[in-house]
Amino acid sequence: MAEVTLENVTKRFGDFTAVKELTMEIEDGKFTVLVGPSGCGKTTTLRMVAGLEEITEGDIKIGERVVNRVPPKDRDIAMVFQNYALYPHMDVFNNMAFGLKLRKTPKAQIRERVHEAADLLGITDKLKSKPRELSGGQRQRVAVGRAIVRNPKVFLFDEPLSNLDAKLRVQMRTELEQLHHKLQTTTIYVTHDQVEAMTLGDRIAVMKDGVVQQYAPPQETYDHPNNQFVAGFIGSPAMNLLPAQAASENGRTVLSSAGFRIALPEARSKQTLPSSVVLGVRPEDLDGPAPDAEGTITLTVSVTEQLGHSLLVYGNLDETQIVASLDPHRRVEIDSTIHLTVNLDTLHVFDPESQETLL
Amino acid sequence: MGDHRARPGRLKRIAHSVGLKLIRDPAGAVVRFLERGAPGRLLLRLIRSLVRWFRSVRWRSWSFVAPALLLIGFFLVYPTVVTIARSFFGRGIDLFGPNVEFVGLTNWKYVFTSPIMLTALRNNALWAVLFTGCTVGFGLVLAVMLDRVKYEKFVKSIIFIPAAISGVGVAVIWKFVYAFRPAHIDQIGILNAIVVALGGQPVGWLLERPWVNNILLIVVGIWMWTGFCMVILSAAYKNIPKPLLEAARIDGANEWRVFRNIILPLLAPTAAVVATTMVVQVLKIFDIIYVMTNGNFDTEVIANRMYKEAFLFNNYGRSSAIAVVLLILVVPFMIMNIRRFAKQEGGR
Repeated sequence: MAEVTLENVTKRFGDFTAVKELTMEIEDGKFTVLVGPSGCGKTTTLRMVAGLEEITEGDIKIGERVVNRVPPKDRDIAMVFQNYALYPHMDVFNNMAFGLKLRKTPKAQIRERVHEAADLLGITDKLKSKPRELSGGQRQRVAVGRAIVRNPKVFLFDEPLSNLDAKLRVQMRTELEQLHHKLQTTTIYVTHDQVEAMTLGDRIAVMKDGVVQQYAPPQETYDHPNNQFVAGFIGSPAMNLLPAQAASENGRTVLSSAGFRIALPEARSKQTLPSSVVLGVRPEDLDGPAPDAEGTITLTVSVTEQLGHSLLVYGNLDETQIVASLDPHRRVEIDSTIHLTVNLDTLHVFDPESQETLL
Repeated sequence: MGDHRARPGRLKRIAHSVGLKLIRDPAGAVVRFLERGAPGRLLLRLIRSLVRWFRSVRWRSWSFVAPALLLIGFFLVYPTVVTIARSFFGRGIDLFGPNVEFVGLTNWKYVFTSPIMLTALRNNALWAVLFTGCTVGFGLVLAVMLDRVKYEKFVKSIIFIPAAISGVGVAVIWKFVYAFRPAHIDQIGILNAIVVALGGQPVGWLLERPWVNNILLIVVGIWMWTGFCMVILSAAYKNIPKPLLEAARIDGANEWRVFRNIILPLLAPTAAVVATTMVVQVLKIFDIIYVMTNGNFDTEVIANRMYKEAFLFNNYGRSSAIAVVLLILVVPFMIMNIRRFAKQEGGR
């Protein structure tokens, strides 16, 4: 096991900069998730750690060793690929044993390690099968098994669950969580799915355009997003982002637009806000019935979605769609007007220019 | 209809004269008439089975296959049968003319015992080993290595060009390469020019029997066909998902192990098809030999001998026997290729 350190890592493909001066420390034994939309540089970053992609500038260290020029085979890492990348001409046992054989591990030990991993993943009865005879979930398990038998310093996962169907994905997700809990190996996990990122990561790095926007524990990215992008990316349904005017009245900040007027308590007020801002409110922070509370948004309901554990209500406010997550037992009629009370403690204010968090 | 209604009286008269039943159920009436006697019943059975045949799906499927079967029968099966038969007959241009006599196994004895045919068989074996091994081997190495070259397409096109030249053209080119002039004259062949420039004596490359000249001829074949093998193997190589190779590298494989343990096993089915194609190519190798040495100086091959016996010596009997030998040699490789192809298609 080892920590992984990236220092000012830049990757350019011709004129295109995929990763820009990335600096990040991945702690020993921790599960770190790189998350972001496609093309944000997360997979490129992972591939640079793996040694499959050359580093244009900067250093990557695994443990104390700078590995910039170390070929993948000598980095003592294991990787699970999106399409599993199982060797089609080898059976499951040999797929898992291949890395050990290359390291000239004694035969008895190979058998022991492979069986141990197969037991752990519940694929012992498949050891003699070829990959094409397996289902997607089983293939994924073999790919994970191939990674864990070698007991590497670092696990790298490149969107390992994206080829599985929804149900299996949730199941494999919890299995990966258990596995990491058991093995405590440093893990870097790439995904575009923020739910996976939230559930799996000890820390998550939200990336956009080759730059890490926020690198923090999942709850922190949710509660205190660094900027508008992180705020919109983390959480489902996404945070409502509403343009608003900011003004100061009696020491309290007032955010207003055609559809609402929200006065912040003094404790959360700030004098230095620019006059036009973006108000960010999560759907679940709009769940208050009281029409006379400090901040309410009045909305005409256009669509409702009953999810069982919550009721999603959609409506338009000045051409901006708003979604609120309400108590599922509340009855809301389409085309009716409802008042949503904004949770003043958890609302966010962003700068429309720089998109940075102001409040 | 209008006609009938206009003159119902006439219709009635006809109906009575021929029989109402014949009008209402003409087929039934005929059948009942025929069933009265034994020959009629026989005729009826014949008609019925014919009708069934014409109605059956089998007839329709045969009708689709028939043109192909006729062509294959006429252009493939018939000549093959005639060639096999002709191999038991003697000299002459006619197939089975009055001057052509039955000679039993004489031609076959010639095929397997005459010194020239033994040389030809040996040379074909030499070709089969060297030519197939080198074309497939070089093709494989080039396919994998050129994948990493920046100007891959350009280089591959250059290497493929010889496969696009006619065999006679290739042979003429290489005849110049191997050209030999006495020591006191300027060498026009590049090989001897180099030898002389380095202070050596010019060598009659194609006269150095039996190994040098045969191997140099095989080199010509390799030069011509390596590009073809490379292109097919390269396509197969590009079909291997790249993460597979990356997974192996991360698993700890160096480039040799990646090649040996991943690429090679995955290319093996394609390589086998290419190899059998090359063996078939060897068995019918003719143009290079015919143009460069015409089989002299111990460079004879089976196909060239077949040509000579038929068209120079008018000995169709011998030529046919040689042709049948070629056919028999080629069959196992054809079966291998067809089987593998069927397996591949079946896997889809």
